[in-house]
Amino acid sequence: MTSVIRPTADGRSPRAFLEVRELCIHFPTEDGLVKSVDGLSYSLERGKTLGIVGESGSGKSVTSLAVLGLYNRNNAQMSGEIWVDGEEIVSASPETVRKLRGRKMAIIFQDPLSSMHPFYTVGDQIIEAYRVHNKVTKAVARKHAIDMLGRVAIPQPAKRVDDYPHQFSGGMRQRAMIAMAMSCDPELLIADEPTTALDVTVQAQILDLMRDLQREFNSALIIITHDLGVVAELADDVLVMYAGKAIEYGPAVEIFERPEHPYTWGLLASMPRLDRELSDRLIPIKGTPPSLINVPSGCAFHPRCSYAGLTNGASLNVVPELARGASHLVRCHLSVETRQQIWQREIKQELEGTA
Amino acid sequence: MIRRLIGAVLTLFAVSVITFLIFFGLPRLAGDSPVSLAARYTGKTADEATAVAMAHRLGFFDPIYVQYGRWAKAIFVGADYNAGAGIEHCSAPCFGYSFITHEAVWPDMISRLPVTLSLAVGAAILWLVAGIATGVLSALKRGSAFDRAAMGVALAGVSLPIFFTGLLALSIFSYKLGWTAPGSTYTPITQNPALWAYDLILPWVTLAFLYAAAYARLTRAGMLESMGEDYTRTARAKGLPEKTVVTKHGLRAALTPIMTIFGLDVGLLLGGAFLTETTFSLQGIGKFAVDAIPAHDLPKVMGVTMLATFFIIAANLIVDLMYSVIDPRVRLS
Repeated sequence: MTSVIRPTADGRSPRAFLEVRELCIHFPTEDGLVKSVDGLSYSLERGKTLGIVGESGSGKSVTSLAVLGLYNRNNAQMSGEIWVDGEEIVSASPETVRKLRGRKMAIIFQDPLSSMHPFYTVGDQIIEAYRVHNKVTKAVARKHAIDMLGRVAIPQPAKRVDDYPHQFSGGMRQRAMIAMAMSCDPELLIADEPTTALDVTVQAQILDLMRDLQREFNSALIIITHDLGVVAELADDVLVMYAGKAIEYGPAVEIFERPEHPYTWGLLASMPRLDRELSDRLIPIKGTPPSLINVPSGCAFHPRCSYAGLTNGASLNVVPELARGASHLVRCHLSVETRQQIWQREIKQELEGTA
Repeated sequence: MIRRLIGAVLTLFAVSVITFLIFFGLPRLAGDSPVSLAARYTGKTADEATAVAMAHRLGFFDPIYVQYGRWAKAIFVGADYNAGAGIEHCSAPCFGYSFITHEAVWPDMISRLPVTLSLAVGAAILWLVAGIATGVLSALKRGSAFDRAAMGVALAGVSLPIFFTGLLALSIFSYKLGWTAPGSTYTPITQNPALWAYDLILPWVTLAFLYAAAYARLTRAGMLESMGEDYTRTARAKGLPEKTVVTKHGLRAALTPIMTIFGLDVGLLLGGAFLTETTFSLQGIGKFAVDAIPAHDLPKVMGVTMLATFFIIAANLIVDLMYSVIDPRVRLS
């Protein structure tokens, strides 16, 4: 173990454009306290892309909703800090966050059909998004909407602007959602599984589009996904989440080249690849994602970890720290050397199909 | 659209045939003779010959399809009736002559329409506004004291019949407190709008209470659903003020089923608010029918049935049209 990263809650203005510090989001329910996000910290600069990866229920979507202040204040318990360009979100008034929403930070959701109102035209919905934050006439906003639709490569934008969402194809709807999100030049764009609901052929186009727009607007981009391929395509940094906690966090190259957490190995091994032999099976991560009410003691991943036995029982009752490994942050009891050895000798070869 | 219009006309025709068969055909099948049927309209002291003459005059000896043809023809071209005191002409649309009062049905029935119309429209506006407002507030403050109280009252409203709430309201507000008209009075709006409203306020509120309760529950359910939809989250993500999110995005989506039911409810009421009109002794279409039924005044009952059918079919058509305006997904391409 080298240095332990523990972001302070001293209220100092942060250095990065987006800084999340020790964020906890807990939902009290009748069955118990759901710890959706439990002590999460990360930071992101403008022009950079962060990929947040994890299984369903790992807390990745809740985090993004919290950054936008879109959680229900009545039933969520929040602590920690979220700094966006020098403004703190968690303690800010709902009205303050509302004015930032859509203007400074925007979000694209997973299912573009259900995310657009079925009764309003695509144009109306973009115009509405633009006019909340810009005092312009309808005609000006409409021109802007057509312009935005053109920029996301919708053919005949001047005509399609009057179409309803159901008249668009899935890919076009997601483009329109992106146009809506980008209409006020947000500095932070969060894409919550932006390609999950789309055809594979369309996915690459949408990812390309987002990368181009990000460069053009120089915005910070967070991609939330369970698809490591998407992350490999876009992300500068990767944050792997498990049971509400970050378990591996570092530059994308490092995470893909030298992953150190057994869970990340599992994610990589369960990814289909074309260069693998047909007879090879995908290697799923055994077990099921943990309940967020009864998070396993110690390391939350220990019931599913093949290497838990190597920790002398520590994984059963001690929560590992997110600590610096060989090149990036890892939350694991195994020593850096052991992890590197296992990766080099077993996992890497297995993944490359030479084992 | 043309197809729907044709369908509407066919439905009207079918309803008229079926009702006519029930009124004029079924009693014969059940063993009544033309004479025994006619005897109902001659008075208890009349002899056999009078009844036979009456049966002849009413055309009861003719086959049922001839009777129906005569009835239907009168609607379009009018007919001449001998009501005993010489031949009278009943011009189209002629729904026949009352067996009892020997007056043409149509003008009598239509003169009652303003009462029913006033009652239905006034109550409809009241219940629509009150029901939707209550439903929206309840949904937004789900689980609060207001929500519980409103839904409790709504449950009572749905369950209590008009002849209970109406009589209760009459006894309190009209008789005890003397704030409202004691029923049975109606002033046309063209004569004195203030008096018109004064006479109708109690029936309006009573009738609206019954419907508002149902609408509040419906709105609440719809709002709870639409406020949890992804597009509502998108609306919030845009940074829209909560008021806009609720009205423009949430309520707009929740209103669709409500508008459908609203159209049908109003259509149904226009065919006669039977219980309300009876409770408050208002001389509307419903009371017209309620008075005609025990007297076996079949032409009147037929007339009301056809009028009610017409309103319901028209309401259905209007709702269909409105639906395509409200929801672009059902717009005909």
